[in-house]
Amino acid sequence: MLSKAINHKNHNVLNQSLIALIMVIIVSVSCYFFSAFIGYKVVAFILLMTVSILAMLFEIVPVLLAATLSALIWNFFFINPIYTFHISNSEDMLMFFMYFLVAFVHTVLTFKIKKIEKKARDKEEKEKTLKLYNTLLNSLSHELRTPISAIIGSVDMLQESDTRLTSENRKSLLNEIEIAGLKLNDQVENLLNMSRLESGILKLKMDWCDLNEQIRLVIQNHFLSNPRILFEEEENFPICKLDVGILEQILINLIRNALYYTAENCTVTISLQLNENSLAVTVEDNGLGIPVKHIPEIFDKFYRVPNTITGGTGLGLSIVKGFVEAHNGTIEVKNNIPTGLKFDIFIPVEITYVNQLKNE
Amino acid sequence: MNKAEILVIDDEAQIRKLLEITLESNDFKVIQAETGKQGILLAANHSPDLILLDLGLPDKSGHEILKELRTWYTKSIIILSVIDQEEDIVKALDNGATDYLTKPFRNAELMARIRAAIRRNSSENNAVISQFNDLEIDVVARTVKKNNEFLKLTSTEFNLLALFIKNEGRVLTHQYILKEIWGVGSQTETQYLRVFVGTLRKKIEENPNHPIHIITESGVGYRFQ
Repeated sequence: MLSKAINHKNHNVLNQSLIALIMVIIVSVSCYFFSAFIGYKVVAFILLMTVSILAMLFEIVPVLLAATLSALIWNFFFINPIYTFHISNSEDMLMFFMYFLVAFVHTVLTFKIKKIEKKARDKEEKEKTLKLYNTLLNSLSHELRTPISAIIGSVDMLQESDTRLTSENRKSLLNEIEIAGLKLNDQVENLLNMSRLESGILKLKMDWCDLNEQIRLVIQNHFLSNPRILFEEEENFPICKLDVGILEQILINLIRNALYYTAENCTVTISLQLNENSLAVTVEDNGLGIPVKHIPEIFDKFYRVPNTITGGTGLGLSIVKGFVEAHNGTIEVKNNIPTGLKFDIFIPVEITYVNQLKNE
Repeated sequence: MNKAEILVIDDEAQIRKLLEITLESNDFKVIQAETGKQGILLAANHSPDLILLDLGLPDKSGHEILKELRTWYTKSIIILSVIDQEEDIVKALDNGATDYLTKPFRNAELMARIRAAIRRNSSENNAVISQFNDLEIDVVARTVKKNNEFLKLTSTEFNLLALFIKNEGRVLTHQYILKEIWGVGSQTETQYLRVFVGTLRKKIEENPNHPIHIITESGVGYRFQ
């Protein structure tokens, strides 16, 4: 890995040296034809300028090479007597050394500035990571502690004031504990998914699946057949090859979001479509949608649309996007007509039609 | 009737406590082990009616314990595992686990699985004629009746149904079913399985969209009940 990086760097230096030398030669040749009009001193400035430009673009070694070559060329082809490295005039001699010195100092200074710039960039990057990390910690501690507080608080109530609680209150406290537990479980699931994506070890387990059934199962098992979720099955939909577990996570996150961020009387509609070998899954709601200016950012990690109800870590949609992309798919979001939010997922899939298989 | 005895092998004291309370209040006798080694010893000494085995144990992997138990223990073993281990679940089922539940699980579900598993302890279902609600299947005459009317099943559909019935209540992995019905070498052809389960459901289920007999265990396999 390291030797490869060094190799790559060497390769880069070699390439840059070649380009730098060629550049110097091209500029020199062009100057050679005009030297009668512009004089050899201006040529020195033009060559110096070339070296300066190279210093901004390239590493130090190629630039030093270019500086040396350009000085020698200037001496050989432009300073009298030409076609010799001999310099007769003491003024020219001084200029030649000054040329060398200026080119050298310039190269080293530019290199130093570049180094400082890189340091600043690295620092900025580090700060950005730290900020992201802090955002994660903040939202996580909130998202984890809220249900934990609910559990501990409810249990305390049940233990201490056992006799004073009405059976209805007891029931609702127990219900709180249940909801908090399920919430914690969801959060852990999302964190696991996030780390699966971040670590890059996400390996898709492709298998044939009946999408009608899979979506039905998600609605039944993860949302207890919530009547707000509408799904009209596509008759004769082919069997598709994809990672069922990942598809489930995509749907769970989108549906959960839609249910959470829209009013009780809003519905969430899921639909399936197939265009050639591209599977299109749509999850749309008829809530309020979100301001257009926030749309480009909603898939960003930790991003939460301002002024929305609390809860949520800002992880859900970025996981969804990561999972869709892991399938070589794309996800689009737009405000729905007349109201609401609409997610369109497109995934390239292998398909098999039922009637193409022999049933004997 | 004697209380059925259940062995819980789990390293988490909290889970063991929870299971102890739940199982005892459902009239089971509970013995506990916190390591795999201890679990195997207790299983040998008590020969419990059912074992609840956690896959993530400190001393040995649950898979090894399962294999070791299966060399002599013939009654039901239900796997308890944390979510996100589909591959582990499939492996455990292929290694002879009777059933599995992912943590966190619901008590009602756990009790239903335990009762079904203990019921199946006696033997697999080798009856010639079996009855499930509105279904009546005769594996010798190869006929299926739904609400007393004969159904027309293709040969493959019937074989699939017969396999399910023989393993009633048990999760069969995709690979296992493919091997049993289509033979060695077709274990990756899961599209066949999807199609045949689909057509079989259309024939035997009252509402194929809400099947009550052939239940999908997402990413793992199917269960017939």
